Amino acid sequence: MILGGLFSFQTFLSELIRTYPLFLKGAQLTIQITVTAVAIGMVLGIIVALFKLANPVSRRIADFYITLIRGTPLIAQIFILYFGFSGIFMLSTFWAVSLALAIHNSAYIAEIFRGAIQSIDKGQREAGRSLGMTPGLTMRRIIMPQAMRRAVPPLGNQFIIALKDSSLAAFVSAGELFRTAQGQVSATFHTMEIYIIVAIYYLLLVMILTWIVNKVEYRLSVSER
Amino acid sequence: MKEMIRVEKLNKSFGDLHVLKDIDLTVNESDVVCLIGASGSGKSTVLRCLNFLEIKDEGKIIFDGEQIEPKTHDLNKIRQKVGMVFQHFNLFPHMTVLENVIEAPIMVKKMGKEEAIKEGKALLDKVGLSDKYDVYPSKLSGGQKQRVAIARALAMKPEIMLFDEPTSALDPELVGEVLETMKTLAKEGMTMIVVTHEMGFAKEVADYTIYMHEGKIVEVGPSVEFFENPKEERTKEFLSKVL
Repeated sequence: MILGGLFSFQTFLSELIRTYPLFLKGAQLTIQITVTAVAIGMVLGIIVALFKLANPVSRRIADFYITLIRGTPLIAQIFILYFGFSGIFMLSTFWAVSLALAIHNSAYIAEIFRGAIQSIDKGQREAGRSLGMTPGLTMRRIIMPQAMRRAVPPLGNQFIIALKDSSLAAFVSAGELFRTAQGQVSATFHTMEIYIIVAIYYLLLVMILTWIVNKVEYRLSVSER
Repeated sequence: MKEMIRVEKLNKSFGDLHVLKDIDLTVNESDVVCLIGASGSGKSTVLRCLNFLEIKDEGKIIFDGEQIEPKTHDLNKIRQKVGMVFQHFNLFPHMTVLENVIEAPIMVKKMGKEEAIKEGKALLDKVGLSDKYDVYPSKLSGGQKQRVAIARALAMKPEIMLFDEPTSALDPELVGEVLETMKTLAKEGMTMIVVTHEMGFAKEVADYTIYMHEGKIVEVGPSVEFFENPKEERTKEFLSKVL
């Protein structure tokens, strides 16, 4: 069988068992990078979204930021942060990767929030203002909570992308899932088996993340049930 | 009788469209005034100018004897005294009925939570929704939603209530309950300006009725006289179509 040379189920099983402590460690770092990046990316994203909605000047600044960040590859951003700035300051691989991933995602998250905020009926703002609420208070108490709920499904999507994109950290030798896989492949030459194993780890992580996002979505939908 | 709101030579345009032309209007305390007219006649815009959701181009708006200008006055403070009820209710969907009512008193007036809840429940009881405190708006009928919206506006203890076609989005069988609530309010002496297509309500409840056409006030009169003996040709024409 042609596949016999490429893939052996027995090797797959034995490698799965042998490598799981290494991959669990890698998964831990993958999760840490992703969670850090997503948390910072959310804060940045909200700020950029509010810039985009505030006034014409701030909107231009936000547009410029989004164009720049969304228009350049994540791997270039990681390399710029890790190697490019190394003459001025040294970021650890963890922070170089997490920050690059955070900045990269903030551009997409900003657009998600902007869309969600703009999708809220203008009558909501008027109702808030008619009760004497200031623009800020109306945004915080009336618009944002509704926009957040609408943003959850696309945000979940973005988080999944971020989780998988964290694999690019392997290129600056952060020992997360994908770097672990590369190391194991060069040590054993069980190329197909190891890369399938690492793909399964990502799949599992994405499934867990999807489950969490669905839970959040369900809990936030309490007023519609 | 104390003057509540006086409008002098109010003008408003949206781009090239001149929607309000020299509107003059005086509403005294405890008056109920109905604004009627065809769609696009500018009656909703008048209301929206009165609580500054739209900013006038020219003219004076005098509230409680004081001329209000966006430049010199904190409009948020003015709006606290002017309750507004919208055609499409605009309830906050992420809050329960009671939370809708207590939101502004707590966040804007800094009222204590317990007091706000007590007053909020009393208001909801008054509009006949004592069994709906903890329900979300999506579970309510249109008539119930509008009664919550009325309670929400009343919770700020406004000096005047503006109603922008409060029954226009309702199924016919639900109109009555909202009009009943408004009637009760009128009897208690609330000052009200109501944009409406409910001619029966205008005739029965309003002290004055105003007919607007193409951005101008065509006729003003005590309601019974207005409906029984309209003076202007345009008013007669309009009433013959809607009555």
